[in-house]
Amino acid sequence: MRLLLKSHLACKNFPLRVQERIIEGLLWLSAVITILITAAIIWVLLSESVSFFSEVSIIDFLTDKEWTPLFAQKHFGILPLVAGTLLTTAIAIAVALPIGLTIAVYLNEYAPGRFKQTVKPLLEILATIPTVVYGFFALTVVTPFLQKIIPTLAGFNALSAGIVMGIMIIPMISSLSEDAISAVPRSLREAAYGMGSTRLQTAFGVMVPAASSGIVVSVILAISRAVGETMIVAIAAGQQPRLTLDPTVPIETITTYIVQVSLGDVPHGSLEYRTIFAAGITLFIFTFALNNLSFWIKKKYQEKYD
Amino acid sequence: MSKKPYKLEARNLNAFYGGFHALKDINIAMEEKAVTAFIGPSGCGKSTFLRTLNRMNDYIDGFRVEGDILLDGRDIYGKDVRVDELRKEVGMVFQKPNPFPKTIFENVVYGLKIQGIKDKKVLTEAAERSLRQTALWEEVKDKMDKSALALSGGQQQRLCIARALAISPSVILMDEPTSALDPISTAKIEELIYELKNDYTIVIVTHNMQQAGRVSDQTAFFYMGELVEYAKTKTMFTSPKHERTQNYITGRFG
Amino acid sequence: MTNSDKNRLKDKAFQVFGIFCTFIGLVVLAIFLIDILIEGISRIDWDFITSLPSRRASRAGILTAWAGTLWILGLTSVIAFPLGIAAGVYLEEYSKKTKLANFLEINIANLAGVPSIIYGLLGMEIFGRILGLGGSLLSGALTLSLLILPIIIVTTREAIKAVPRSIRDASYALGASKWQTTWNQVLPASFGGILTGIILSLSRAVGEAAPLIVIGALAYVPFVPTSPTDEFTVLPIQIFNWTSRPQADFLVNAAAAIIILLLITFILNGIAVYLRSKWQNKVKW
Repeated sequence: MRLLLKSHLACKNFPLRVQERIIEGLLWLSAVITILITAAIIWVLLSESVSFFSEVSIIDFLTDKEWTPLFAQKHFGILPLVAGTLLTTAIAIAVALPIGLTIAVYLNEYAPGRFKQTVKPLLEILATIPTVVYGFFALTVVTPFLQKIIPTLAGFNALSAGIVMGIMIIPMISSLSEDAISAVPRSLREAAYGMGSTRLQTAFGVMVPAASSGIVVSVILAISRAVGETMIVAIAAGQQPRLTLDPTVPIETITTYIVQVSLGDVPHGSLEYRTIFAAGITLFIFTFALNNLSFWIKKKYQEKYD
Repeated sequence: MSKKPYKLEARNLNAFYGGFHALKDINIAMEEKAVTAFIGPSGCGKSTFLRTLNRMNDYIDGFRVEGDILLDGRDIYGKDVRVDELRKEVGMVFQKPNPFPKTIFENVVYGLKIQGIKDKKVLTEAAERSLRQTALWEEVKDKMDKSALALSGGQQQRLCIARALAISPSVILMDEPTSALDPISTAKIEELIYELKNDYTIVIVTHNMQQAGRVSDQTAFFYMGELVEYAKTKTMFTSPKHERTQNYITGRFG
Repeated sequence: MTNSDKNRLKDKAFQVFGIFCTFIGLVVLAIFLIDILIEGISRIDWDFITSLPSRRASRAGILTAWAGTLWILGLTSVIAFPLGIAAGVYLEEYSKKTKLANFLEINIANLAGVPSIIYGLLGMEIFGRILGLGGSLLSGALTLSLLILPIIIVTTREAIKAVPRSIRDASYALGASKWQTTWNQVLPASFGGILTGIILSLSRAVGEAAPLIVIGALAYVPFVPTSPTDEFTVLPIQIFNWTSRPQADFLVNAAAAIIILLLITFILNGIAVYLRSKWQNKVKW
């Protein structure tokens, strides 16, 4: 055995070490590819946008109140698309936030454990349905239903697209908020009960404020999701860029515009082709800012509790 | 008494976790085919020291050692030493039994398989041999293809020892091997250690004074990262040189 | 009425409201599913599943659409799984807590939040134009691979994180190298979790329409694709196309196709949920 040791400790099996190095290199490469993807996204959006902004002034882009790049009388004001995007997003959040947060509080403070375990996965189903299916739902069920209440409602409108998008986002807010609320230390809840608070007072007086940063994060992520949502609005909200806050008329979001152009036959290198990258980079900036805001809040929040 | 040769030696060993000085100037020489026990209060550095003996701390961020650890006179932190080869020579058994979530057979032959040994006959023989060494053979021979997780805690720990023996190490490190076991299983493991020292050099970390007294030939007492006292177990338990050692082994602090 | 009575009443009221909110989503979901079923189920027959698209609603089928969906799923799996699992393994097992690791983590979280249509723009430029793949299956699969990569990486990491330290220690102590330990112990022990993640990522990919529309997948493809460089359509695009037509007959077709798409989605999710619960109930270490 002593003899064995000599050979053991020496550099035998040299190829094994090389193999380890190669594998580690490949794994590293796979991880670093994700940085390349981000770089590629930014490069693609920027390079085409730069060409776009060499032909269209950035001031017109940000201030012109009309977006008609596909018409003879061209206007390149992004505001109508941004307005359409924000309008549908606002409606979606107006639906999803109260319902999602109530569900989170209810499941955490009121519902029996088994009920919670059954309902949570059921709610998650809402998040797994393809968005094109939601679009169909908005167009063929929700809009006709709403037209009975609001007779002036157009066939394509921000309202029903927004509401349906809100329903889709409910599980996102409810489960992230629920995680945040259940992460609040038990002692806080017990302190509140100890002073004779009802469940409602404990929930909204103690738990929700204590979990507020986590809830804010969930809402920001939901906004980011709604801003980038495409198929629901493409199907149900219309394709008419219009600077309005009226939810009953057809509008167009940034994402819908990109789909609209993609469906047509716009030649590469034309100004029309580049408009979708200018629209894309606007969308990317919105979601990028929202996502990073949520990371920043999450980080601060974690430090607070550790 | 015949002097046995030294198997493991630490010279001026210092270890750090980032800025924390975990082991301070340790000098110790452990005899071949003997049991050396490390005792001391929690956080005294005994487990850290044990884990430097087969470089298990290598993967911890910010951990580094200064000084030498010699195995048969060769520095195990030397540049030409392969960690995996070192660990085939210096086996380890952990605090909690940690069988792989695989069959009993797969557990025992894992060390051989990763060395590239595929011959079924060689593997089967090695498995039987090491399971016999740990007195587990009779209990498991009919369920070699059952999950190791189905065994009792004591059996699992003996399986882990068999697993370490299967690759024929010369040194076995044991990190509180019985702390998660009941008294009967503990007794079996202690008995096993007593037998194994005929063929292996054993280093054991333990919290249990009686255990150190029962199984070890030499005992080292660690305190706050320092080696306070190192002597024959009998000597240390009957007439410790340092007051701290005496306080510890009589249970005045822990 | 005392103050305390009022509080108790409010408490009860909220409880009722909570139940209402919890069920409203589910009720809407139920209404919707029933509506789709009523509208579409009678349209589903063998002809519908095996027919090529047509300009006449009554003769149009979804053969090319579901064949395209299967192609896309297969190709995406082949591209995204190894890449995503490898990246997850690197981040969890290999990388030290360096600035690069931190940056990688933030970057992946960011990628997960990039809207799918932006991936479409990326795919159209890089795969479609620069690599010259156009609106082919390969182009679409590569685009969707990038889209689901963050999901696979994150779930792989979580599954690996759940493998106890002691298993790795035992393997290292027997002289196993890092990769031997990862391959023989860590990956098998986290297999269930990783599988759950990749199935969920597939269920995400199967429903995507926007990025594929952007890279140029067509609504009308008269042939079943036979190679990765062929043009294609997928079920969600077919549904979108039928939904945007004015004739009511096409809406019925859309509903029928939705039933098929939902079936695929629910089966994938069902498998994932089953695997997850099975894995959670396995012996604890």
